[in-house]
Amino acid sequence: MNLTRRIACNPFILKSHGLSSAHFRLLTSKSDPLLEPALASSQHSTEARKPLAPPQYRFVYPEFLPDPNRVYRNPIREKLERMDMINRRTQIDIPEFYVGSILAVTSSDPHAAGKTSRFLGICIQRKFCGLRAEFVLRNYVDNQGVEITYQLYDPTIQKIDIIRLEKRLDSELLYLRDAYPEYSTFDLNMEPEILPEGSPVPLNKTMVKLKPRPWEQRWERKNFVGVSNILEIINEKMTKQMEDHKKPWEKYDLVMEYRKTIPEEEQQEIYAEVYSQLHELEIHRRKIKRSRSFIKPKKLG
Amino acid sequence: MAPQLSGSVLSTLRNQIIRTNTHTIHTTAACNEIRKLARLRVVDNSTIGKTAMAEGKPPRCIHVYNKTGVGLVGDKVLVAIKGQMKRGILVGLKAQQKTKVPKFDSNNVVLTDDDGSPLGTRIHAPLPSTLRTILKEKSQKKGTDYTKLLAISTRFL
Repeated sequence: MNLTRRIACNPFILKSHGLSSAHFRLLTSKSDPLLEPALASSQHSTEARKPLAPPQYRFVYPEFLPDPNRVYRNPIREKLERMDMINRRTQIDIPEFYVGSILAVTSSDPHAAGKTSRFLGICIQRKFCGLRAEFVLRNYVDNQGVEITYQLYDPTIQKIDIIRLEKRLDSELLYLRDAYPEYSTFDLNMEPEILPEGSPVPLNKTMVKLKPRPWEQRWERKNFVGVSNILEIINEKMTKQMEDHKKPWEKYDLVMEYRKTIPEEEQQEIYAEVYSQLHELEIHRRKIKRSRSFIKPKKLG
Repeated sequence: MAPQLSGSVLSTLRNQIIRTNTHTIHTTAACNEIRKLARLRVVDNSTIGKTAMAEGKPPRCIHVYNKTGVGLVGDKVLVAIKGQMKRGILVGLKAQQKTKVPKFDSNNVVLTDDDGSPLGTRIHAPLPSTLRTILKEKSQKKGTDYTKLLAISTRFL
């Protein structure tokens, strides 16, 4: 730890490219095979003993993966951030959720009368990685569409309740801004729906109807699955333009995929590092869930 | 020749129907920040505001009382509404906000008189809770008092 701190404090080492591989090796606890050929076999055994994280971790904890763009990568900062994230997760329960799940966030608010404020809504976007991970909640309150962005590891957040755990057909639901209000209206006092233990996350196949144009963005060019009436709304010119903007070759572009994603080996390395702590937290959460007492259902207004 | 002609006529007809039904033509582009000539939405129950919104003639901002000229939450604006000039307070914006601050689907304004007390008696849209602090800081002991606006609101987020 002392070593990593010292390296992190030294701007020269961080900037220089010549040393980057050296400090990377230090951090990943791999010894240099050229320097220590005798240790190779023992090294192998320690790697085998490392706990292998389950493959679904990259969907459950996506913010532990660093930004795939090389410009924003810094292995030391990422490692330190991961430690901070685990520390935060021991303080409050950050549940597993996906875009399309309904969440309620209680955060301390210096402006509010009771000094806390609670907002419930559907998660329409998850963005950024590491300590800066954010998610956006959307709801219609008093017939007015409202969105609030929260930082996942914000220390002022007191509680994150998962009200309904589910996935939707798309990885981003920003088009709900231009959809009819019934698709993003949820009661602020909704009761949490508890899934039976060990069941898979349900997929909600609701097809959303968009309002007539003007829209905020060109939704017809983004290949959304969960929108039903795009072709009925757009005119002939837009349909023609939609055809022109299609990029069917992108699914074969391996270099683009490589630049957009973290390689699986690197993912395994990252999750192996945090697996034991995350697994412990999961067990603790399950214990609390089992001991949860019966709460009398409330009437919704 | 004949079926081609009828096809083109049909397509132009269809385009016209779409245009008339969905209002895709705008004379001005949507303004994403509150500056001069931005359209606003009145969210209180003052008679002038209610009738203007019901007639489909939302007020336009004709001046922002700050140094940048771009309105933020809690800023005072001068609006042109039904041929009159009225003061208003911005109480919710469509623009991107900081974390934990609500972003609304419309640019909301509450009409006030020159002293800062609202013209209506109720606000039917939620307000951002940061407005409490902002308006308390802006109101003066002997002069403009914006805290009445906070008192008639129904919900804070």
